[in-house]
Amino acid sequence: MEADSGCRHGLVSLTVGGPAEQKELTQTPLLKIWVPWMGSSLNRRRGSSVPQFTNSPTMIVMVGLPARGKTYISKKLTRYLNWIGVPTRVFNVGQYRREAVQTYKNFEFFRADNEEAMAIRKACAAAALKDVAAYFTKEQGQVAVFDATNTTQERRAIIMRFGKERGYKVFFVESMCDDPDIIAENIQQVKLGSPDYVDRDTEEAMRDFIQRIKCYEATYVPIDDERDRKLSYIKIFNVGSRYLVNRVQDHIQSRIVYYLMNIHITPRSIYLSRHGESELNLLGRIGGDSGLSPRGQRYAKALAGFIEGQNISNLKVWTSHMKRTIQTAEALGVQYEQWKALNEIDAGVCEELTYEEIQENFPEEFALRDQDKYRYRYPKGESYEDMVHRLEPVIMELERQENVLVVCHQAVMRCLLAYFLDKPAGDLPYLRCPLHTVLKLTPVAYGCKVETFFLNIEAVNTHRERPTNVDISRKPEDALQTVPDHI
Amino acid sequence: MSQKQARLTQNPLQKIWVPNVNSKLFRRRGSSVPQFTNSPTMIVMVGLPARGKTYISKKLTRYLNWIGVPTRVFNVGQYRRDATRSYNSYEFFKPDNEEAMKIRKACAITALKDVCSYFNRQEGQVAVFDATNTTQERREVILSFAKENGYKVFFVESICEDPEIIAENIKQVKLSSPDYVDCDKEEAVADFLKRIECYKVAYTPLDDDKDRNLSFIKIFNVGSRYLVNRVQDHIQSRIVYYLMNIHVTPRSIYLSRHGESELNLLGRIGGDSGLSPRGARFAGALSTYMQDQSISDLKVWTSHMKRTIQTAEALGVQYEQWKALNEIDAGVCEDMTYEEIQENYPEEFALRDQDKYRYRYPKGESYEDLVQRLEPVIMELERQENILVICHQAVMRCLLAYFLDKSADELPYLKCPLHTVLKLTPVAYGCKVESVFLNIEAVNTHRDRPENVDVDRDPEEALETVPDHI
Repeated sequence: MEADSGCRHGLVSLTVGGPAEQKELTQTPLLKIWVPWMGSSLNRRRGSSVPQFTNSPTMIVMVGLPARGKTYISKKLTRYLNWIGVPTRVFNVGQYRREAVQTYKNFEFFRADNEEAMAIRKACAAAALKDVAAYFTKEQGQVAVFDATNTTQERRAIIMRFGKERGYKVFFVESMCDDPDIIAENIQQVKLGSPDYVDRDTEEAMRDFIQRIKCYEATYVPIDDERDRKLSYIKIFNVGSRYLVNRVQDHIQSRIVYYLMNIHITPRSIYLSRHGESELNLLGRIGGDSGLSPRGQRYAKALAGFIEGQNISNLKVWTSHMKRTIQTAEALGVQYEQWKALNEIDAGVCEELTYEEIQENFPEEFALRDQDKYRYRYPKGESYEDMVHRLEPVIMELERQENVLVVCHQAVMRCLLAYFLDKPAGDLPYLRCPLHTVLKLTPVAYGCKVETFFLNIEAVNTHRERPTNVDISRKPEDALQTVPDHI
Repeated sequence: MSQKQARLTQNPLQKIWVPNVNSKLFRRRGSSVPQFTNSPTMIVMVGLPARGKTYISKKLTRYLNWIGVPTRVFNVGQYRRDATRSYNSYEFFKPDNEEAMKIRKACAITALKDVCSYFNRQEGQVAVFDATNTTQERREVILSFAKENGYKVFFVESICEDPEIIAENIKQVKLSSPDYVDCDKEEAVADFLKRIECYKVAYTPLDDDKDRNLSFIKIFNVGSRYLVNRVQDHIQSRIVYYLMNIHVTPRSIYLSRHGESELNLLGRIGGDSGLSPRGARFAGALSTYMQDQSISDLKVWTSHMKRTIQTAEALGVQYEQWKALNEIDAGVCEDMTYEEIQENYPEEFALRDQDKYRYRYPKGESYEDLVQRLEPVIMELERQENILVICHQAVMRCLLAYFLDKSADELPYLKCPLHTVLKLTPVAYGCKVESVFLNIEAVNTHRDRPENVDVDRDPEEALETVPDHI
């Protein structure tokens, strides 16, 4: 049996000898996944580069009084699930209400006896549920996060019925908090800036919101550990000091629980930086395990100075297992941890080549990469998609940690940045992560503040934009149009 | 270049870059896996007899050791058996039996002392204190002990009131205990139930309010519910995640390699070749074997490599592909025979024989790296029920070492021949293994450690244990 690797279409197919029932396998040119050649009923879920664990769509249903972090959790969880490749969307009922009612007057809208408002609010929830159904059936979503107070048993029963009718799994996330300091801080960070209070005086807004919470408190029935013992849920007490987890049904719920139990809201900053300019960077070669160039070494020292100037308490420093990140960290003069998971993307047969050499030796691969840079896997190497899976434990530990400096590589940094800044897979491989530049990420409100610090030491540009022509049949000049300069 | 720049060298075995000069920062460098534990941690079990404490202790310890966190169980019942020789009856456990109480307390103290030596001698990072620890008083003793010594404490309480689960538990592990070795079965069950009653009288569960500053997980009814309080650090978070994913539903895990491949026939390692004719016949035989097993709802997993996928295709069922199940990356040695490795990289070849677990191929991986890569696979295997994993030699060794609690030294030499299915069925505190050779000849790919592992050995000594090939 011979593998025909010189095939014009870039497919490698293999006929398995022996009994006639043996099927041929071909390797998809982009993902490098082996799939059966013939169409078959089993073809449906094949050729996936990551294991598919969800069959039924899942609704994550938030529960809790206002200012308990439901929207914060909804957005963060959604960002995480999308990053690991589980298509997820938030459905925020408050948003529907704002669109229905246009201008918010005051807390009286939320009084339990305001029948007109009640009808509007119920209609908004129903509209949101309809959109959830559309998201699952028409847009191939896998997880919908239903972000609303859902504080009455009645409302939760409606949602359960809705899920049951359509075959969706339901997992409740209830946030309970009675610490007045946390609630006040919460209101400060996200409520005062809400569209509801856009033209209000701060003290007025605060007072109104507290009244709003009281309206809900009257009818709030938390999930009951006895009566609701057949439901699947997690209760989060006081921002994570305690959790109650009931009846986790499947893989995705287990991952969600693990994630929720690792996140915290203690203020901190995450510093992302690449290694200093390396010898191979200077030559325009990708991958490899070279040491720092002279300018790279100066960057390492500048980084040490910068970090010292930041006056960070208890900073953890992480590097990869590659020489260039370790040399950079050495200049800091502090302890650091080495993570193999932070190694640069494995370019397989293209390791240590220049883009010109890749174009010359593997023009088709080069074009495929430009067609779908996120999913493209180097022959005997990795894809960005593979890297995200490799980096997931790093992200989980970053969530647990407080102040951390991660010294890594271009593709790695793009993946991490995409997680923190909620960038989709299409944008991820083109995020700008230039050498000798530190990105300081500070969580704030529902997102992340980014500060960029170029440490004033020149370095080559290693960022290659997507060229205009990505056809396999393109000319070399078209392919090499966006290659940055090098020696 | 300023003299402040530390030069780096790559240690030849693990290929880790370390500073050349001694420095006070040298202490925790050169570790191939991130070190997350600083203080030693005591996991303290809590619960009535027959609530799964020893089961959890052993399983958790096996998992932690496998991922590289040195852990040991300290079972106080074992100390008691060593102290009192022969067990008479449940009367030993009556709360008013003062003499017995003294012995039991002394056993607990001795166990704690051993925990101390275990940590002091740098042998371990986690100690699992397996006893009922059902009184607040006893837990206080442990907390004071830990505080004095600077150990973290994490309680794991197992609460269960389902009489069926308890009866099954007693059947599986108590009747065969040394305490009941010469007893009639019914007598043993009756005695054990009375033993449980002795503890119930004085049992105070962890209190959600009074103990709110402690770190603990309460497991209710074998996992339908968990209460988690104040997880302090990374290792406790991992432990909680693990405990929340394991279950006791009976099931079997089938491990098999792909069918014999073209490169196997040529004695070449790694690569991504297809099945040989015999390998294709194995795939068919595997299909028949699995059908005969009559398994409900079997999941099938493969790697991303052609040979495992071809093998799975013959089964005619859905399968999931895991990149994490890919064979160990032999870096510069990919697609080579051992003879070629000896010729081109004799030093590397010797280093590998010196420490096969930690040895990392140049631009490749080590077994140690593999274990880290496979951890999510193990976690998902714990969640699943009946499952067939079609993988590769080094990968299968790592998975097998996890299930059979093999040490890092034994792991790279576990025998995982081609065309042989290993059926693992959890039973009592361990795993029953059935090895099924499907009667289709294949090359041997197992290379034992040769006698001479010196870097300056002769080629014949290096190649002494290489199996035959074309």
